[in-house]
Amino acid sequence: MPRRNMNTKPKKAKNFTGSLKRLFSELGTFRLFILLSIVLAILSSILTIATPSILKDLTNEITEGIKVNEEGINKLSEILSSDLSEDNIQKHLKSILRVELNSTTIQSINNSTTISNEDKNTFNELLTKISKTTDESKVYSYLSRMPSSVLKVLLPSSTYNNIKISSTEKIDLLNSLTNLSKEQISINDLKLSNQIILSMLTDSKIEDTTITKAEKLSIISALQGNNDPQTIYSELDKLPDNIKSYLEPSMNMDRIITLSLILLLLYILSTLLSYITSLIMSTVTSKFANKLRKNISKKINRLSLSYFDTHTIGDVLSRITNDVDTVAQNLNQSLTTLVTGITLLLGTVIMMFITNTYMALTAITSSLIGFIFMGIILGRSQKYFTRRQVELGNLDGHIEEVYAGLNVLKAYNGEEDANKKFDFYNKRVYEANKKSLFLSGLMQPMMGFIGNFGYVAVCIVGAILTLNGSISFGVIVAFMTYVRLFTNPLTQIAQAMSTMQQTAASSERVFEFMDEEEMPVEHPKTKLLKEEVKGNIEFNNVKFTYKGNDKPTIKNFTASASKGDKIAIVGKTGAGKTTLVNLLMRFYEIDEGRITIDGTDIKDISRDNLHELFTMVLQDTWIFNGTVKENIKYNTNATDEEITSVCKKIGLDHFIGSLPKGYDTVLGDNDSVSLGERQLLTIARGMLENSPLIILDEATSNVDTRTEELVQKAMDKLAKGKTSFIIAHRLSTIKNANLILVMDEGNIVEVGTHEELIKKNGVYASLYNSQFEL
Amino acid sequence: MFKLFKKFEKKEWLIILFVLLLTIFQVFLELKMPDYMSEITSLVETSGSSMSDIIRNGLYMLVCALGSLITSVIIGFAVSRIASNFSYKTRKEVFTKVEELGMAEVKDFSTSSLITRTTNDITQIEMLIGLGMQLIFRAPVMAIWAITKILNKSAEWSTYTAIGIVILMSVVSILMVFVIPKFKKIQKLTDELNNKARENLTGIRVVRAFNAEKYQEKRFKRVNDDLTKIQLFNQRTLAILMPIISLVMYVLTLTIYYTGASFISDAALSSKLTIFSNMIVFSSYSMQVIMSFLMLAVIFMIIPRAQVSATRINEVLEKDISIKDGHISRKINDEVGTVEFRHVSFKYPDAEEYLLKNISFKVNKGETIAFIGSTGSGKSTLINLVPRFYDATEGEILVNGVDVREYKQKHLHDILGYVPQKAVLFSGTVASNVKYGDNGKKELTDDEIKEAIKIANAEDFVLKMENKYNEHIAQSGQNISGGQKQRLAIARAIARNPEIYIFDDSFSALDYKTDLELRKAIKAHTKDATLMIVAQRIGTIMNADKIVVLDKGKCVGIGTHKELLKTCDVYKEIALSQLSEEELKNA
Repeated sequence: MPRRNMNTKPKKAKNFTGSLKRLFSELGTFRLFILLSIVLAILSSILTIATPSILKDLTNEITEGIKVNEEGINKLSEILSSDLSEDNIQKHLKSILRVELNSTTIQSINNSTTISNEDKNTFNELLTKISKTTDESKVYSYLSRMPSSVLKVLLPSSTYNNIKISSTEKIDLLNSLTNLSKEQISINDLKLSNQIILSMLTDSKIEDTTITKAEKLSIISALQGNNDPQTIYSELDKLPDNIKSYLEPSMNMDRIITLSLILLLLYILSTLLSYITSLIMSTVTSKFANKLRKNISKKINRLSLSYFDTHTIGDVLSRITNDVDTVAQNLNQSLTTLVTGITLLLGTVIMMFITNTYMALTAITSSLIGFIFMGIILGRSQKYFTRRQVELGNLDGHIEEVYAGLNVLKAYNGEEDANKKFDFYNKRVYEANKKSLFLSGLMQPMMGFIGNFGYVAVCIVGAILTLNGSISFGVIVAFMTYVRLFTNPLTQIAQAMSTMQQTAASSERVFEFMDEEEMPVEHPKTKLLKEEVKGNIEFNNVKFTYKGNDKPTIKNFTASASKGDKIAIVGKTGAGKTTLVNLLMRFYEIDEGRITIDGTDIKDISRDNLHELFTMVLQDTWIFNGTVKENIKYNTNATDEEITSVCKKIGLDHFIGSLPKGYDTVLGDNDSVSLGERQLLTIARGMLENSPLIILDEATSNVDTRTEELVQKAMDKLAKGKTSFIIAHRLSTIKNANLILVMDEGNIVEVGTHEELIKKNGVYASLYNSQFEL
Repeated sequence: MFKLFKKFEKKEWLIILFVLLLTIFQVFLELKMPDYMSEITSLVETSGSSMSDIIRNGLYMLVCALGSLITSVIIGFAVSRIASNFSYKTRKEVFTKVEELGMAEVKDFSTSSLITRTTNDITQIEMLIGLGMQLIFRAPVMAIWAITKILNKSAEWSTYTAIGIVILMSVVSILMVFVIPKFKKIQKLTDELNNKARENLTGIRVVRAFNAEKYQEKRFKRVNDDLTKIQLFNQRTLAILMPIISLVMYVLTLTIYYTGASFISDAALSSKLTIFSNMIVFSSYSMQVIMSFLMLAVIFMIIPRAQVSATRINEVLEKDISIKDGHISRKINDEVGTVEFRHVSFKYPDAEEYLLKNISFKVNKGETIAFIGSTGSGKSTLINLVPRFYDATEGEILVNGVDVREYKQKHLHDILGYVPQKAVLFSGTVASNVKYGDNGKKELTDDEIKEAIKIANAEDFVLKMENKYNEHIAQSGQNISGGQKQRLAIARAIARNPEIYIFDDSFSALDYKTDLELRKAIKAHTKDATLMIVAQRIGTIMNADKIVVLDKGKCVGIGTHKELLKTCDVYKEIALSQLSEEELKNA
């Protein structure tokens, strides 16, 4: 049968914490290993948390490598500023702009032919004003108002500090000086030509390096007038190497190597730890699953048969496989996830707060907003997931039903009806699918967005704080990682919690089975030896009621059979013919009365002992997956010779000979071994037991005639000389029975021999006669 | 699988194209984000940058993230539509196809396999489309785009990333090579474990009667231990996967940072800053590249599984239907209630052995014909040829004088009332099951339903039920007993009031008495109807007008009970195995 989706419906545990507690107590010594792996997982998570802060240090070190060396800059600016201090500049400028207003110059101007009369007049006027003033700045102001033709003469090209300064440069300097309103003079405010600046500089030394005037000039021109860092850097690149070496950012390569090595080590260590954790966990869970399954398999055989009246085989099987698997796998995955998740979460929160409170608050708030939002969506979508399962279950049920009854569907032209129903269910599945697929697809992107949102928030707040100077850039890098570390475990914990729910539900089912009441431990008073038992059986006022029934199935039943007797049980299908067998074998215990074997109450001997005394061959022939020999020998110590001789005796040897591998042929469920042949195999199995008491369930009518004869003969041989109970389907074979028990609706309604019962003209008689009528 | 995708309509292809474009747009947005990140990085790094610049870039990044989220929502909406529409339509198609299949084809597939093909297999592919389509589009687009983004940044870093990918991919493939065959083995062992437990449970009385509890536990333990061993191997092997993945990713980042540091220190002042922001960007892109390669690996793991499902679905859809519908849909002659077999032989299409060989007989209106023989003699097969569950390989079968192959199946089935070997009920009510199907006449009245139930000897238990005729019947009739199911199935046939009844071993599950009462009632009600009965009990058929004795697919005798006892050894043998000589005489 195909696995039904209905069964995979998410189950909820009735008592979540209770089941989990129980689960952990069942883990026994495994708990030690689990504890160990939890410790390792915590260690590994701590390492994971520690790494971002080291990565932060590493990044900080690397960022050092892109910042211009401050010390170098300071030294350079020191020597520059010593040359270009205000006093120096003033001094230099004065010398450069020294105007010789002596009589020779005045005369030469007034006599000049190239200067117009007008200019000469202006010159003389200003000259008078200059001679009257003592204020130096006013002198420059008057000077600058001089006509240019005059100025050329007044400020001729000259050499200052070995630097040639042209007349035009001087005039420009003069003009820019007079434009200055400020008292103080700095190099930046003046538009100085390179020549003038150069003339003001001196060669100087930093440590052993000589920096020439020319070099100084290039530094000044690199830094002057540029705001864009990229341009400044490329200007700086053009500087001569000896100066650049002062400016070059210095990276502490040693520290970077150390940090990298530490990181590498931590990564490897954390990997190792998490590997060992999963190793331990998978070992523990596999072994635990093994133990659970083993216990269930043992439990099956300790339960009273009445358990199986109310529980289907499929139910027990699903506990063995599905539920145990669920428990093991979920335990393996979710436990470590939960532990690492929680450690990571706590650790990250702590680390974030240690690193920076504002940033931590930003990261947590921004992520939490996202998660609350997602939680709302998830909560609302849960019903669609359940609906999908339910609808799919309905549809699958319908499909299963229709396919299984396809011949009826065809014969009754039921297609239209089936299609209508199918369309109805299919449409509903479609609707539920659309929604649940959409919603489940939403989780990933939502997570991604929350991550990115936190990221941006951290970046922006981080940037603000960096600009304020309260944190370093490395902190941002660290927080970028923290945000990821923080959001991941939140989802992991959520997922792990829901798998824990499943685990609890499944383990509940497993333990529910383990807790089922077992058959009471026996204290047999005596033991009957197989070889000595004669086979006198007596039923004395036996009363029995099936659990849950109000009326007793067997009441005041008294009968006896002596060695070699044949007792037949007849009745309609479902009349309860197997009840007696169940009581004889003590699969169920009687409520009142006694059943004795050779005078000993069967309650006084152990079940094992009782079973030894009986050979039971049932109608639903039970052949397991194994060889012919294994099936016949079963759990006896029979030799190969004994097996072959038994087979020969009941005519099974011919059939076995025709099998491809003879006695070593493996028999499966769907083999070509017919029902009759199966029955023969079980008879052979029973014969090997050689017990004094026999319970036989006659062959079904589904056996072909020849095999049926064989089976009948084999049964006769098996029962020969022994007390036998025969559940009969064909009334012809039991006419010679010593006692016939007629059952109807679970009760023994008539007891007697064939003749007696026919005479009575009751249930048996009508049953017997109905075979001959039409 | 592509065959299945051909079923997409133009509209759906447009949506898929739209999804692809959206995915590209989404990847664009997502890969744009690291650009803004690096922008923010250098802004933060440079003193004097304005706050507004940083916030602006942060907002851009957020817009990208939001855009990507919205795109995801749209993609998710479109894809969920495509996926559920696909499964909706394909399921319908498979279902309709299965309805058309002949029983031979059904047997070929096996019912349970057909069920899984219609349910689980389609769900598998739906999942692939629903969750996989985004992945299938995204992973390659992401990988290619991210690669082109980083390829020209640094050859060295690209090499490291490539090495990382190669390591990861080799680890994944090596693990898969080791683990996947073991997974199949686990599946097998789980089945075996189930079998061992089932065996103990089904044979629980035998196990106890033989005191074989320990023996069974040992058998179970062996499989349990084998299973545990393989599971341990698998889980231990797989345990390395996640740590390796994260190690590779971490180490790659570290390598990029470390080499980045030396690049920066060697570089000219002006390019240091560029290298630094490149480094940050690269390390984030290289993670994207690795993630997309991991996604690709996941896809390669999902696709084969879906492929298997797709093949299984296609097998059903492409199956040739051996039963072709005829054209006669109304009465064309005066013959009523006759069935004639003319030299009919039958074998399954691929089988060598004939299950039926040269069978001929005719049954007339109001007669009862019975078929008897041992298991495998072909009696069920024979009777299944009448409603065309199978078609005869040779010879012809006439119903009312017309070859069954010429009838429209619906019309043929209107003539017949078929009761299967194993009673089949459908979920609904008692009444809905009795009036099930369509017999070409008007819908049954409540009285007719009650009458049919009465005739089928089902009235007593139906009236005992809480809701009587409206009692709920669970799926496949699980909530009522086998005998009750059988009687309702017979009531269903009676309610149809057909010309010809076919009882395919429908009485064996009933005890002699019920069997007898039922047959009497049917006979009384259906005086004019023709009865075809497959039976195992001599008692059931002794009084039939004609008994056909089958042995290994051949007809070894036709006649009445008395005639056959004299002339047919096989019949006599069967009779004697069930009744004593004396009883036979009495009868």
